[in-house]
Parts: sequence; structure tokens; C-alpha cells
Amino acid sequence: MKMRALKLKRDWIHGWLLLMPALVFLFAFTHIPAITTLINSFFSTPRGRRSAKFIGLENYDRMVNDPVFWKVLWNNLWFAIGTIPASVGLAIVMALWVNEKLMGRGFVRMAYFTPTVLPLIAVANIWLFFFTPGFGLFDQITGFLFGWPASNYLGNPDTALNAIIVVTVWKEAGFFMIFYLAALQAIPVSLKEAAQIEGAGRWTIFWRITFPLLMPTTLFVCVNAVINSFRLVDHIFILTDGGPDNASALLLFYIYEVAFRFWETAYGATLTVALLALLSLLAIGQFFFFDRKVHYK
Amino acid sequence: MVNGQLSISGKPIGLENVSRVWGETIAVDALSIEIPAGSFTALLGPSGCGKSTTLRMIAGLESVSGGQILIGGNDVTGRPSSKRDLSMVFQSYALFPHLSVAENIVFGLKVRRMNRTERDSRLKKVADLLGLSQLLERKPGQLSGGQQQRVALGRAIIGEKPICLMDEPLSNLDAKLRHEMRLEIRSLQQQLGFTMVYVTHDQVEAITMADQVVLMNNGRLEQAAAPRELYEKPASPFAARFIGTPPMNLFPANAFKKLCTAPDFQLGVRPEAMHLQDSGPVSASVRAVEYLGADILADCVVADTSFQVRLPTTRPVAPGEAIELGFEPDALHVFDADTGRRRDDLVSEFGTLLRS
Repeated sequence: MKMRALKLKRDWIHGWLLLMPALVFLFAFTHIPAITTLINSFFSTPRGRRSAKFIGLENYDRMVNDPVFWKVLWNNLWFAIGTIPASVGLAIVMALWVNEKLMGRGFVRMAYFTPTVLPLIAVANIWLFFFTPGFGLFDQITGFLFGWPASNYLGNPDTALNAIIVVTVWKEAGFFMIFYLAALQAIPVSLKEAAQIEGAGRWTIFWRITFPLLMPTTLFVCVNAVINSFRLVDHIFILTDGGPDNASALLLFYIYEVAFRFWETAYGATLTVALLALLSLLAIGQFFFFDRKVHYK
Repeated sequence: MVNGQLSISGKPIGLENVSRVWGETIAVDALSIEIPAGSFTALLGPSGCGKSTTLRMIAGLESVSGGQILIGGNDVTGRPSSKRDLSMVFQSYALFPHLSVAENIVFGLKVRRMNRTERDSRLKKVADLLGLSQLLERKPGQLSGGQQQRVALGRAIIGEKPICLMDEPLSNLDAKLRHEMRLEIRSLQQQLGFTMVYVTHDQVEAITMADQVVLMNNGRLEQAAAPRELYEKPASPFAARFIGTPPMNLFPANAFKKLCTAPDFQLGVRPEAMHLQDSGPVSASVRAVEYLGADILADCVVADTSFQVRLPTTRPVAPGEAIELGFEPDALHVFDADTGRRRDDLVSEFGTLLRS
């Protein structure tokens, strides 16, 4: 009896030892920071000798009344609406195209994937040149073709966010295309042939067969796209720095500014909690929304 | 649809010098066959003989390198498969995994925008005919292999197309189910009356189901005939050895002393057509014996040519034994060794020589 209990205990220790490395990192970088953030959001920012003190929901009250918070949240919503459908749609179209037999297929696939491989900062610098007023690529093209005057896409509050949307779509579509390409190749050709024999045209085959079978990929890509749209911060640093007048600031960028430029760490923590809550809601919502429409094999 | 029954009138299919070439490889080489309306034709041959390619060309899924395909007398060579008025059952069934059984079956009708009442009444008839009524709401992934096969059949027949093509539809089923489905497909075809083109590499399937067997080898037509004729009068040594288990024995003519004078011919006798006969024309020695229950299969050698013979269990033979065998005069097949052609004109002459 005693031997058995001892053995059980040793198994138990082995089990925890094996789990340990993963658990340490998971707690150190995910769970503990998340919980600390939640706790900090109920305290004031410690300054010099004044240590943090419990202030209840004061930070949340400030957030609800902060016009910049609502501005960046709205920006983020617009950014998500602008990037997600466009990049996912573009990814499907590109994947369908490079899935066909065409000349230089490998080259085209690689070309589409290049934006994903390039470092973010380098990408942002290239686009900075494209957007440059006067001699940038866009101005040269529009000036040559339509005779438009020089325009400052990144410096104008009306166009700054849209300019960043364009860069993001360009960057994400190639990445999502890879997932769609893999999914397309997993669909047996005979399904398409069977549909053809039944008299279905290309359009019908896409909407009745291919697209529904791509649903698991679409769900995966959409969850990723939503998370990415709330995670994007590096493009903004290089391209606009959130300006002008917060026109291109997104939620995460605002959190960075509040926490590490203005050093209002408690308010930063509060904003982070809001972001986390929003992201979990979106992820859960997507799973429920898609669940009925996704067919897994 | 007459009197609430599915009825389909078949259309004839004609292939005239049809070829399919990929670079250097010739998959189908100037193939000409006639498939009568309402018949069951099996395309038979070993793997890679071009039978599936031929079927896919009839279906319009594969382009034709040369020649013409006629359906019901019209040239359809350039038409897409949707304009050829046919249905097809794939080897993998190709059921749409995200659609229910009912949606799979009516897929084509929906594409053609048939009205709902007509569609539902047809679905009911097909489901009753194939015993799928209880399964209509299931997804293909929840069905057994045989049930999936039935759904694929249902999708093929609900459109009442005059032609149905099948590409090795039974190869994914176990032996017992295969036998059942064989009977079922055959009776379905006879009941509904469409023209069936059925690809198989299994000679038993072809022989038992088809009105006409088209035997192919290396992209060429070897013989197109009724199953009985194919067995009794094979046109070439290949046909002789492909049909029948075990295959027909082929001997060079000089394996027999009495035929030493004859030029190069190949003689064929089926294992089941030979019997023990004292002072018979074939003197052989037994090498190995397989006991099969109903009979014995003996591996024998005559003049360095090994062959098989099916013997009754009543007179056991042992390895090493010398036996003498005979056969009926009309059981002899003669093939020209150069051209591979059948030479019926020489059968009686050679038969007399052997017996003398």
C-alpha cells in the first residue's frame, strides 16, 4: 500500500516536472502580466515617493470620458473594417490564381509572399517613399496620368489612416494567401470535376463547393486578421507616429504612448484591460458566429 | 418521367480514332469504338492502359489530341462536359463533404434551377430506389463506403441523363459489398435503360456486368466483344491471357514434337479445357500442385514451357509425376507469333496434327 502511494507521488512529481518548462514561460509571459495588468488598473500610477494606492474604478471612469480613447477605438474599428475583408478577399483571389496552371507559378507565389518576409521597418520605409508628397511613387503616377497636384497622404488627417490600411492589406494578403493555397490544394480535383459534369459553371463551383470547403481556413485567417488589426503598432511609428491629431493612432499605439511616453502606467494598464476584453469578445464571437457555417472534415 | 417511374433512353457513343498524347507519352492511340444506345460497356485493361483517360475524354474532363467523339450522332469533341448531357460516378465518389446526402443528390438539379416540387419528387424516387430515404439529412462523412457509393449513384441517375460513366466505382469497397453493388448497378442500368460506360481493371466485374467488353492495352484497342466471345475467341495472346483465371496457357508451336515443321505460331489452351488422357497429345511433367478444394491446379512443364492445368480431385497427381493430357479440338486457339492475330483457319489442321 505504502509502496503504491510512493509510486503515485513520484509519477505526480514527474508529471509536473515535465510540464514545468512550458508552464514557467506561459505564466511568466502571459498569465502573470495579464493579472498584474488587471490589478494595476485599479491603482493609481506610482510617482517618485508616492506609491500606488487603490482608487477603484477611477481609471475606468477616466477612460470612458477620454475623447482620445474613443477616437483611437473608432480608428481601430475603421482600420479593421478596411483591412480584414480586403486582405482576406485579396488572399482568396490570389490563391485561386496561383493555384491554376500558369507560367512562372513559383515566381508569382514567391512574389506574393515577399511582403510577409520583409522586415516591418523596411516595408514601412519603402511605403514612406511611395507616399512622399511631390516625388513619391503615387504622386508621380497620379501627376503623370491625371495631372493631380502633389498630395500628402500621410500628413492629411483624412487620408492618413487609409494610407496605413493600404500598406497593411498589401502586407497581410500574401501571408493569408499561403493558408488559402494550402487549403485549396487539399480539396480533391474530382469534386470540381463532379460539379462540372453536373453543369455548374466556375462561379457556382466557387460559391457552392470551393468557398464552403475553405471555411475552416477563413475562420483561422479571420481570427488572425482581427488580432493583427489590434496588434499593429510598428507601421504607425514609421509612417505617421499616430498623427496628425491622432488621426492614424490605433488602440495599441495609444496604449504605448500613454504607458511609455507619458508614463501613466496605471491608465495604460486600464486601456490594456479594455483591449484584452475586446479581443477575447471578438475571438469568442467569431467562433460562435462561424461555428455553424464551418464544415470540418 | 412516365407514370412516376424514372425512365431514361440511352444514347449511343462513338469514338473515331481518338488519341490523347502528353509530350512523348501516348496514353490513348487512335482508339475507335462503338457503344450502342442503352448498352452496358466495360472498358477493361491493366493499369495505365488508357481506359480512364478514354472515359475522361468521353466525359469532357480531358481534352482530345486527335479524332472525334460522337454522342447520339453529334460531334461533341470540343464541348465542355456540362454540354454533353451525361453523368459520372468517380472512383473516390467525389461527394461534396459539406452538403447533406439530399443536397448532394439534387446538386445538379439545383444548378439547372429545376423547380422545388419536381426536385423533391425526383429526390424521393431516387432515395426510395437506392434505399437512402433514412439517410438524407446525414453528411457523407457519416456514411459507410457502400452508402456513399449509393449517394454517388443517386447523384448520377437523378438527372435522367442518357449516359452514365463510371470510373472504377467499386474499387474502394470490400469483396462482399462489391458483389452486391455489382448486381445492383447492373439491375439499375437495365431498369432505367441508360447507356453505361464502366471502367474497371477487374475482369470479373467486366465479364459479369457488361454487354460489351472493350479490352485495352497500351492505349490501343485489343478487342471489343461480348464477354462470351472474349473468353471463347480471344483476338490476341494478350486478350487470351487477360481474361480467365488462371490465364490461358500459351505454347510456342515447337513445344510439341508433332508440330516441329510448323512455322512460328503460338498455341493456346485454357487450363480448364485440358484433362488427363492416356497417350494424349501433351506429355508433361508436374512441377507443383495447388489444392483448391473443388479441383486441383497443377503447374506442369512441357519442353521448357511451363503451364497450368485444372484437374479434378478424383485422380490426384504428385510433383515429379509424368502425365499425358488432351483437350477437345475446339479448345485449341492459334495465334500468329508475328502479328499476334488469331488464326481460326489453322485450328483444325493443327488439331489433327497433334492428335495423329
